[in-house]
Amino acid sequence: MHPISESVADLTRRELLGRTSLGLGGVALAELLQGSSASANERPLLPHFAPRAKRVIYLFQNGAPTHVDLFDFKPELQRLHGKPLPAGFSEGKRFSTMTGNADGKLMLAPVEPFRQRGDSGAWVSDFLPHTAGIADRLCFIRSMHTDAVNHAPAIQLLLSGAQIPGRPTMGAWATWGLGSETETLPAFVVMTSVTKNTTCGQIFYDFYWGNGFLPSRFQGVKFRGSGDPVLYIRNPSGMTSTMKRAWLDDIARINELKLRESGDPETASRTAQYEMAFRMQTSVPELTDFSSETQQTLDMYGPGVAEPGTFAHNCLLARRLVERGTRFVQLMHAGWDQHNSITTELYSQCRDTDQPSAALVRDLDRLGLLDETLVIWGGEFGRTPFIQGDLGNRPRWGRDHHPYAFTIWMAGGGIRPGMNWGASDELGFNAVENRVHVHDLQATVLHQLGFDHERLTYRFQGRQFRLTDVHGHVVQEILS
Amino acid sequence: MIDRIQTVWLAFLTMIPLQASESPDFSRQILPLLSENCFQCHGPDAERREADLALHDQREAMRVITAGARGESELYARITSAEADLQMPPPDSGHVLTADQQELIGAWIDAGAEWNQHWSWQAVQRPKIPQVAATSGAVIRNPIDAFIQSRLQQSPLQASEEADRRTLIRRLSLDLRGLPPNAREIAAFLADTEEGAYERLVEQLLESPSFGERMAWDWLDAARYADSNGYQGDQERTMWPWRDWVVQAFNQNLPFNQFTEWQLAGDLLPESGFEQKLATGFCRNHMINGEGGRIAEENRVDYVMDMAETTGTVWLGLTLNCCRCHDHKFDSLTQQDYYRFFAFFNQTPVNGGGGSGQTAPLLEAPTAKQSEQIQQYQRQLQELTGQFSQRADQLLQTQSAWEQQQLQQQGNELHWQPLFAEQLQAEYQQLKQSADGAILASGPNPANDTYTLIFPVTAQKAVSLRLDALRHETHTGGGLARSDSGNFVLTELELSLLRDEQEQRIHIVSGQATFEQGDLTIDRVFDGNRQSGWAVYEGRPVDRDHAAVLKLESPVDLQQGDRLKVVLRHDSAHASHNLGRFRVSISGNANAGLNNDKDQQLLLALRTAAAERTAEQTQLLREQHQAADAEWQQLVAAKKQTEDRLAAVRGEIPKVMVMQDRSERRETFMLERGLYSAPGEAVTAGTPVSLPQLESESEPDRLELARWLMDDRNPLTARVLVNRYWQLLFGQGLVKTASDFGVQGEIPQQEQLLDWLACEFRDSGWDLKQLLRTIVLSHTYRQTSRRTELQLEHDPDNRLLSRAPRYRLASWMLRDQALAASGLLCTEQGGPPVKVYQPEGVWEDATFGRKTYTQDHGESLYRRSLYVFWRRIIGPTIFFDNSPRQTCSVDVFRTNSPLHALQLFNDVTYVEAARVLAQRVLQGADRSDRGRLNEICERVLCRPPEDEEAKVLLAGLQRSREQFATDSTLAQQLVSAGEAPAAEELEPAEHAAWSALCLAVLNLDEALTRE
Repeated sequence: MHPISESVADLTRRELLGRTSLGLGGVALAELLQGSSASANERPLLPHFAPRAKRVIYLFQNGAPTHVDLFDFKPELQRLHGKPLPAGFSEGKRFSTMTGNADGKLMLAPVEPFRQRGDSGAWVSDFLPHTAGIADRLCFIRSMHTDAVNHAPAIQLLLSGAQIPGRPTMGAWATWGLGSETETLPAFVVMTSVTKNTTCGQIFYDFYWGNGFLPSRFQGVKFRGSGDPVLYIRNPSGMTSTMKRAWLDDIARINELKLRESGDPETASRTAQYEMAFRMQTSVPELTDFSSETQQTLDMYGPGVAEPGTFAHNCLLARRLVERGTRFVQLMHAGWDQHNSITTELYSQCRDTDQPSAALVRDLDRLGLLDETLVIWGGEFGRTPFIQGDLGNRPRWGRDHHPYAFTIWMAGGGIRPGMNWGASDELGFNAVENRVHVHDLQATVLHQLGFDHERLTYRFQGRQFRLTDVHGHVVQEILS
Repeated sequence: MIDRIQTVWLAFLTMIPLQASESPDFSRQILPLLSENCFQCHGPDAERREADLALHDQREAMRVITAGARGESELYARITSAEADLQMPPPDSGHVLTADQQELIGAWIDAGAEWNQHWSWQAVQRPKIPQVAATSGAVIRNPIDAFIQSRLQQSPLQASEEADRRTLIRRLSLDLRGLPPNAREIAAFLADTEEGAYERLVEQLLESPSFGERMAWDWLDAARYADSNGYQGDQERTMWPWRDWVVQAFNQNLPFNQFTEWQLAGDLLPESGFEQKLATGFCRNHMINGEGGRIAEENRVDYVMDMAETTGTVWLGLTLNCCRCHDHKFDSLTQQDYYRFFAFFNQTPVNGGGGSGQTAPLLEAPTAKQSEQIQQYQRQLQELTGQFSQRADQLLQTQSAWEQQQLQQQGNELHWQPLFAEQLQAEYQQLKQSADGAILASGPNPANDTYTLIFPVTAQKAVSLRLDALRHETHTGGGLARSDSGNFVLTELELSLLRDEQEQRIHIVSGQATFEQGDLTIDRVFDGNRQSGWAVYEGRPVDRDHAAVLKLESPVDLQQGDRLKVVLRHDSAHASHNLGRFRVSISGNANAGLNNDKDQQLLLALRTAAAERTAEQTQLLREQHQAADAEWQQLVAAKKQTEDRLAAVRGEIPKVMVMQDRSERRETFMLERGLYSAPGEAVTAGTPVSLPQLESESEPDRLELARWLMDDRNPLTARVLVNRYWQLLFGQGLVKTASDFGVQGEIPQQEQLLDWLACEFRDSGWDLKQLLRTIVLSHTYRQTSRRTELQLEHDPDNRLLSRAPRYRLASWMLRDQALAASGLLCTEQGGPPVKVYQPEGVWEDATFGRKTYTQDHGESLYRRSLYVFWRRIIGPTIFFDNSPRQTCSVDVFRTNSPLHALQLFNDVTYVEAARVLAQRVLQGADRSDRGRLNEICERVLCRPPEDEEAKVLLAGLQRSREQFATDSTLAQQLVSAGEAPAAEELEPAEHAAWSALCLAVLNLDEALTRE
């Protein structure tokens, strides 16, 4: 749909509620009204069926956490430590150019001990004590697999359904499909962080939260880690809020005169956007002001919480965002690319993410938000069960990219807690039991939001596009 | 010119209107239904085809269609079947044919099932111009209006009246220049009451130098132009001379077929010059991936795909990328077509490795200033050469006097005294000493040799001995020995004193050498071990002399009659590594080291009688004389300075990546699933088989492709291009899907108009300015954008164009408008990109601090948006609605989000423009509030405010005055926005109040809108 007609369709609905009103109370309601225009890309604005989750927080672990050291316990890997990869695992498989051919690679045992946790008996290693502590609230999917072997294509595949940039990402689809629950904050927010001094941070490309061919207002709004979280959120130096408020009223009055003359509903929309912008100028500083949080809450998220730009800070912001009606929060934390730092940087990586991740789940639960908030934790692929580097040089042990098996966890949002789904083989090499492809994960997330992933489509370049491309099955068994 | 064209059009207007046909039209009504509902399984994609039935192909389709009888047609039976097993499309497919659609197909079969190609595949035929009478207020100015109004007659709508002059001049100026008109231009247009005022304005704008800049923006989006590579690392590149060429090409109205040929294949033109080669930068504007771990060939294939797909979208309006992996699902394009098209670009010598933003083939594109500087420096160097030779002649005349003087001055300060032998003996070779003390070995070239040398000495003190290894032309590669590498290995040096027929060994305690090769160190020549030694191979052909200084255990007082015996052994396993030319010297000066070789040489030369000197010695003395001459030194300094400057200018010359085909043909293969690593069948370059064929005697090249694109028989190019220029002037194309003219693209409601424009463009010799002129002179373009309830109800999308479109201006144009209105705009054209205001930390945040944004200052801040630096992974934050310039984009991005409202009100760009605008007006002649307000609105909206508007704004002004009067700090802050010079003489509170008002005016809906 052309952006012009799209906004007209929106505004026509809005006008039903009286276009002379400068107030915006009716907008959310108006958005829920089905449009009358029979256009090809009418926004659904209603789920296909009752949603189990209203909101999503995706704790994206950028760089690919090592499933065999964190979640996927394989005694066989300990037995084969230092021995070559047995036959029958890697045939016909592609690895990164750093590994090339997997034949003859030496197996590497997990570096920290594993234990079974909670009533569910989920295996979680000692790297993640806080995650271990909430194991019974989590659903681990231990049979994830993907198609891409390098970071950017794999992240893009997971978030947009295609390896090449240009498709809308999950958050864009969700907000396009469901609209917003807040008029003072963006519906789709992205925050990024990286463990300090890591040697393996990747760039966060803005197509990771791109709107693709959806209208650009469905692009994720990236909150910045330093300075003002939203660009241009501050009034010009020398102009107070009171002054601005008065001028916005003047602008609205003159726009109203224009509207009478031109008859163009876009003019009313323009005024509305200035109004929302003005509200964001209050709501964003309020959002980022943690002074109303108790010390207990702050402590729960860990020491980084007070420092903008950290994962802990972002986790608490994520909770505050969903509390205020943001639909999709995408936290991305880089630094998981342990090619040569399994015994070193992996510790700081876990230290920075483990406690805040667990705290977020506990905190949402405490506030009664977890039922309707789907939390997802995971990266773009796993890491090789064999070593990258020299077995004799323990401080430089590493693992390479591995798309054939990895583990993620989900919580809340209608997902069964205390569950383990799927399994990889005895080496953690290939997902073998109840395999879940990234397209299946996408289908499941959309399902929890109330969408049939095959019907949430957008026509572009002559084709109906969807997040799951032409694939994907909802993993029914993990739904509560 | 204009008059003649209008006469021609009037002639067309009298022709008969087109007859509508009775039976359903296949390409417009039936094909879209088949495509949408059937092609997924019964279309061009052979891989996914079900039941071996392909409905895109007439012959195939006729297996299930009996022309003239729906009752006997399997297809009709299936689409109307109620049985789930038989029903088509299948119930679970998500596709449904409505009863009306079924009936349409039935009627088409009954009428004979006439078959033809998709509309855009059919040859462009000049349509007849409909004969229509103008409706009230509307005029038929040219055939565009005839087409539009004839279509409107079939609807309840009528064309709108012409917009007022102020709206028209602003609209035209923004559309054709991307800048608002200034007060003088507005006044002139309003005052021009003669016939043809509008036409004169159009000509003036088309001839403006800003025209090319405005046209270039959309072309840069299509060409995915940026100032960096994209991807991790995001290295910078210097493609901007190509960007400047585009601006000039538009300004010069280069015929579009040449514009095309030069950009796709300028390097292959027989008359290819600098400009044509520069134009091919178009193809090289793709992203470049410099990530570690990437396979070069994978990158290379990506780049070639990008070139092919960009060409496909820009000229053919086709989504070729669908065919990377499989045949097109809807259009008659096969995977083979894709790789045949790909093959045109596959002859690039780029191999995909490296990731530099200046990957060859490159074209140096010096600016006019750089060319001028280079010429100037080269001229200066030439002059200096003359001066050098003149001075050298003068110095020769005083040469011998200078030598005498030098000899006296430096007399006995000789550090190293070369020894001249009375006995030179080698086991196999002949040794001969020359006047400078050098000893050359010649004759046989044995594997090993030992030299024994007896040197008579004078009474002096000796503390160290020096051995020089000297290169010679008879040695391997002009090196130090006649060995395989030109290297030597001296395994032992034995020194003894011969006095009174006694031989007394002199021990060496330490050594120092110009170079030591690995463990072949200098101390190995006095370690008593004949297996170990000293060698100097530096990993490259020997390109310098070497030397070693050996310190004696204790100083030796030599007496007259003494002799020194030196034995040099070459006993290494390396064959023929014998010193080929060398000199032995001694010194009594403890400071004598390796570095004073030159003084040594010099004194030696001075001490040698002029007639006996070697050529080198003569040369050395002349050079020394010159070096000691102040005038000569000045010449040397001047030369160095000029050379440095020349090198600096050369280093700064932008290098543009351009096209070139490699000499050896690269074979092209179809790639399974589009994977670089899965080559299938080999293909040769060619155009899609379903389009008119490119006729070529051998495998065609890019130039033939470019010519095929612009060939009169090509049905797509002219349509696709005029549609995009329609989009540029009307906010959306006649075909909304500007990037897709395939079966799934929009079928234009105004197809006749599109075809007429395509014919006009083509038959004019691809004259772009003429095309734009034709469009903007139409009444359709000149209509008011005011809309009625009727229009909103019947045509909310304004597809029938019963009014002018009204839409938000692009963010880049909003910035230019604000700069122009405030008078800040710097109209300088071209050159390197500029870095304008951007919030702190945007690049740093996106790149973990790897890229630092360093904002420019002064005039650079006010250059047009076209020149703003475009970092591909994080584009300028100020251009919020633009293509990210990562891949080709010809579609319009128009957006309306609160984030943009934040920017337009709070960004220093606009706040500065507002306060400078206020400054200008306050410094102007008019001193009344209303007069000043009028001027502000004229500058921004091109009109004075209505009374009601003025009332609101002046009340706001009064309120602001009061607010700022109570807080002078706030006022001072507001009027200091940006880096433009402040107006110290203005009273801050008054200036601030007006600045706030200006900012509000810049944010009015009308200011942001193309009316």
